[in-house]
Amino acid sequence: MVTLFGVFLLTLLVITAFGIVRAQHLFVAVMLSGIFSLQMAAIFFILDAADVALTEAAVGAGVATVLMLGALALTDDRERGPKRHRWAPIVVVSLTTLMVIYATFDKPRLGDPEAPVHQHVAPWYLEETPQLIDIPNVVTAILASFRGYDTLGELFVIFTAGIGVLFLLANPSKRGARSLLPSAEAEGLRHHLVPRVVGRLLVPFIVLFGLYVQFHGDYGPGGGFQAGALISAGFILYALIEGEGTALRAMSFRVLRAMIAGGAVLYVGVGIAGMLFGGNFLDYSVLADNPIAGQHLGILLIEAGVGLTVTGTLLTVFHAFAAREQRR
Amino acid sequence: MEYAIDIASWLLLIAGGVFVFIGGVGALRMPDFYTRMHAASLTDTLGTILILLGIILQAGLSLAAIKLAAITVFLLLTCPTAAYALANAARLSGLTPEPRVSDAEES
Amino acid sequence: MYFAATIAILLTMSLALARALLGPTVFDRVLAVNMFGTKTVLLLSVIAFLYGRPDFLDLALAYALINFIGVLAVLKFVQDYMLRHQDTDL
Repeated sequence: MVTLFGVFLLTLLVITAFGIVRAQHLFVAVMLSGIFSLQMAAIFFILDAADVALTEAAVGAGVATVLMLGALALTDDRERGPKRHRWAPIVVVSLTTLMVIYATFDKPRLGDPEAPVHQHVAPWYLEETPQLIDIPNVVTAILASFRGYDTLGELFVIFTAGIGVLFLLANPSKRGARSLLPSAEAEGLRHHLVPRVVGRLLVPFIVLFGLYVQFHGDYGPGGGFQAGALISAGFILYALIEGEGTALRAMSFRVLRAMIAGGAVLYVGVGIAGMLFGGNFLDYSVLADNPIAGQHLGILLIEAGVGLTVTGTLLTVFHAFAAREQRR
Repeated sequence: MEYAIDIASWLLLIAGGVFVFIGGVGALRMPDFYTRMHAASLTDTLGTILILLGIILQAGLSLAAIKLAAITVFLLLTCPTAAYALANAARLSGLTPEPRVSDAEES
Repeated sequence: MYFAATIAILLTMSLALARALLGPTVFDRVLAVNMFGTKTVLLLSVIAFLYGRPDFLDLALAYALINFIGVLAVLKFVQDYMLRHQDTDL
């Protein structure tokens, strides 16, 4: 029965993908890609991958759609049509697809207990996590402790993206908030009473829920990435209903830059603290009296670092696109 | 007592499913944007509340029921607001409802 | 009993997708995306119970909040676009 649902959603996914490719107007493509992300989140959920589903829903379907629409406001909105039909790309793509499909014939079936990954990799993590780290969510244990270097790399990718956006789209804070004219666009949805009232009611709850997801990541689906996306979505809602000027007064670019850098510094700081206390880089066991308490402290701090940087980066990109549009 | 809760839950889930499906059909077959909006938003909110109430009855008194109640409250607040904002945006952008002459007037 | 609700929700998702692909105006597509989002929240809640894992309800709650924000953002940008371009047929 689960397979049936999965196959149905995958069919919808293929139809959506065709729709995105055939769409001439980029607004349509962006909205269809929002639906695409939702379907991916549902498929991940059906396959029992809750953390990934939460991240995909929060980032792909919410924040990414908003950011792409902000980018579209700055550019052309129609795709330039193909000059002539080209056969070489279709042939290459078809051959690659056939090769990949042929390669999947050798794959073990979904959930097969005889598969190598279920014989060697998964049992090790499932057995060692209660003894070494003692938190219920094994995904967070792997992400934050066993594979801490990978997460550090991901954090620096997000950090680089934030800095790249700040370089490419000239930072408006140099000219101060005075340059944002009170135009219709700067007002956001100010004149629409109903969304404004309901939005104001919801913003504190969204931020609170984001904090819950951040700290609950040890026990259920959650963690720094998802929490960062949720908290920044709350602030984006505030910016949408109250206008850019008010939102930038609430949380200025200086604060956002401090958050982006602060998260990365916190993460690396925890790693160096591990070295100063006598262990290796990113070894949390030495941070407290006993190794398990040390692991808990380490995971708490680095997840906080990840949450800070993700929030800062997503809000920076949003304000860079949305605030820039008003100077045209 | 168990049976009563189960039967109530079944009824709520089936009714919710029916409403949700009707909303989908309405969104596809109605002739104009505003009529589609009407079909989709009303049945959305109602179907959501029925289905979630059905699941809350099954969950009993637990943390899951509180989370489901929170989801119900949020959706109750945001579905009508989103529908209002959408219809408002369409109206302000100049999309007008098509006038339709009814069959009674024609004959 | 959750199967019936799940099947109804999945069918409605495909109907909403059809509206998103067809809808002549941009607002039809936004309507379809909003409907798809609410159906996803319902699907996540029902399947969480189908699997017997009620602690996965956090995803449904997160998604209910994100859906609202996505629709408001799309509306703000579409309004700005309409102010500049004066055409609704996308």
